[in-house]
Amino acid sequence: MFESWDGFWSTYSALIFGVGINAMLALSIALTLSCGLLSLANAAFMGIGAYAAATATVQFQLPFELALLLGIIFPVIVALIIGVPTLRLSGVYLAMATLGFGEVVRVIILNIDFIGGPMGLNGIPNLTNFWHILLSLLLVIFILWRMRQSKVGRAFEAIREDEIAARLMGVNVTRYKLIAFTVGAGIAGLAGGLNAHYTYTIGPNNYAFENAVEILTMAVFGGANSLLGPILGGTILTLLPEVLRGLKDYRLAVNGLVLIFVVLYLPNGIWNANRFKVWQAKRALKRNVHGGGDA
Amino acid sequence: MFSQQLINAVSLGSVYALFALGFTLIFGVLGVINLAHGAVFMLGSYIALLLVEQFSLPILPALLLAMVVSGLFAVLIDLLVLRPLRARNAPHLAPMIATIGVAILVTNIMQGLLGAEVKRFPVGTLPDESLGFGDLHITALQIGIVVISLLLMAGLWVMMKRTQLGRSLRAIAESPKAAALLGIPVESLFYFTSFLAGALGGAAGVLVGLSFNAISPFMGQPMLHKGIAVIILGGMGDIRGALIGGIFLGFAEVFSVAYISSDFRDAVAFGFLFLILLIKPSGLFGKILERKA
Repeated sequence: MFESWDGFWSTYSALIFGVGINAMLALSIALTLSCGLLSLANAAFMGIGAYAAATATVQFQLPFELALLLGIIFPVIVALIIGVPTLRLSGVYLAMATLGFGEVVRVIILNIDFIGGPMGLNGIPNLTNFWHILLSLLLVIFILWRMRQSKVGRAFEAIREDEIAARLMGVNVTRYKLIAFTVGAGIAGLAGGLNAHYTYTIGPNNYAFENAVEILTMAVFGGANSLLGPILGGTILTLLPEVLRGLKDYRLAVNGLVLIFVVLYLPNGIWNANRFKVWQAKRALKRNVHGGGDA
Repeated sequence: MFSQQLINAVSLGSVYALFALGFTLIFGVLGVINLAHGAVFMLGSYIALLLVEQFSLPILPALLLAMVVSGLFAVLIDLLVLRPLRARNAPHLAPMIATIGVAILVTNIMQGLLGAEVKRFPVGTLPDESLGFGDLHITALQIGIVVISLLLMAGLWVMMKRTQLGRSLRAIAESPKAAALLGIPVESLFYFTSFLAGALGGAAGVLVGLSFNAISPFMGQPMLHKGIAVIILGGMGDIRGALIGGIFLGFAEVFSVAYISSDFRDAVAFGFLFLILLIKPSGLFGKILERKA
């Protein structure tokens, strides 16, 4: 189909980059979900990261690595500031508040002329390459994996299952929620910075409600309780519109259907780590029963 | 021009209130944040347009029919999406995410069917007389919006406070389980509530479609955001709060555009929302009912 690898790459590199970026975003929202928080602020954090990094390279000619670092630091600082009051809220109230935060961020960006206002920021140098995305994704996965193995991960799980019980056991609920929120913000910011440096242009409307919902969809679709789930979700939902090209105008409608279908029939997403664990445990049990005696 | 702004604010505020009323009703009774309410609103607008354009119906019967159809559509959402989740005792995130899905689905189907372009009600749908008091102009539409909104809201208020039906609904809002034990037909009243909320949302859609004279598949989303702001301002699940929150938001927007800058119109709603959530998350009137569904 393609003359060469170069032909394939020039056609599909943006798509492959998109898979990596969306996997990171889905992981970032899965992190807050794993702590029992429904935060819809990740698109806004992605936007803050994208704008911070792109402003650094476009307006101040800073090196790319430094720009990416700023793209992580800025959203983390904002998350720390708004996290303390916001995370007192729970359930739907938190969702609404973070939704409101996203709109506020959008309108603020819209009104700062220095970063392009409604026109967006254009002429961003094309600095992101495949290795940047792969390394970032691996780094994010490694950090999240270590977190899950540690005290922090167990605290998240305790808070998600029962916040009051966790608090009674001496878990510092506010602190751990803030950790989940800010680390999530940092990951989203990194994804934003990387994304901005291969799309040439970013605008305030790229990080609005629809995008927050899209990120949430990817995590929920894949299964937010594991690391593999969000990556799978991000990958499939990025590739889906390409596969469904033939549907033209109804392509996005499929996203809606997928969302409804998953919530109704696959409440734990397509990759359910628990189901796998249960299956493994059953097998182990069976083996012990049958081959038992000598153990 | 102060009094002119006042009139604009009241008419905009009543539409917000009307929209938020359906939203708050579903949250109060079903305990669900129905993010498809914006899609129902959009659908109401299109149905009225269709009736006026294709069947040359006058606007009032078109409004009523549009309300019925959007109400039925809301019942359909309840039946197909919310009921299975209720039956499973799904966590409160589930209906929220599922209704986002419904909104995406409906918006994109409408876009596919009718195109993304903005449609208008034909000229002459409304009487174009306006009352003038000096420099002050009140259009028939503005009067109509305020009167229709107030009538609908007053009707709902009386129903909730004075009738057996309203008492049952309030009992369900308190605790669906206890209500069921008392012999209240909870499930059918859920459908009734959905119908009512959908009809109110549809009515708001028609009125907004008329007053901005711009109907598009995407009109639901911004309205949904405003609705969220209103019910948080007023306190979730509170009828009085939705009314006052709506009027308040109308005032805040009209006056910030008139006296500060039009750039920040959309920020006003969410600035307030954000502030209220930080200071008094239960809203102006509400009390937080943490109902673990």
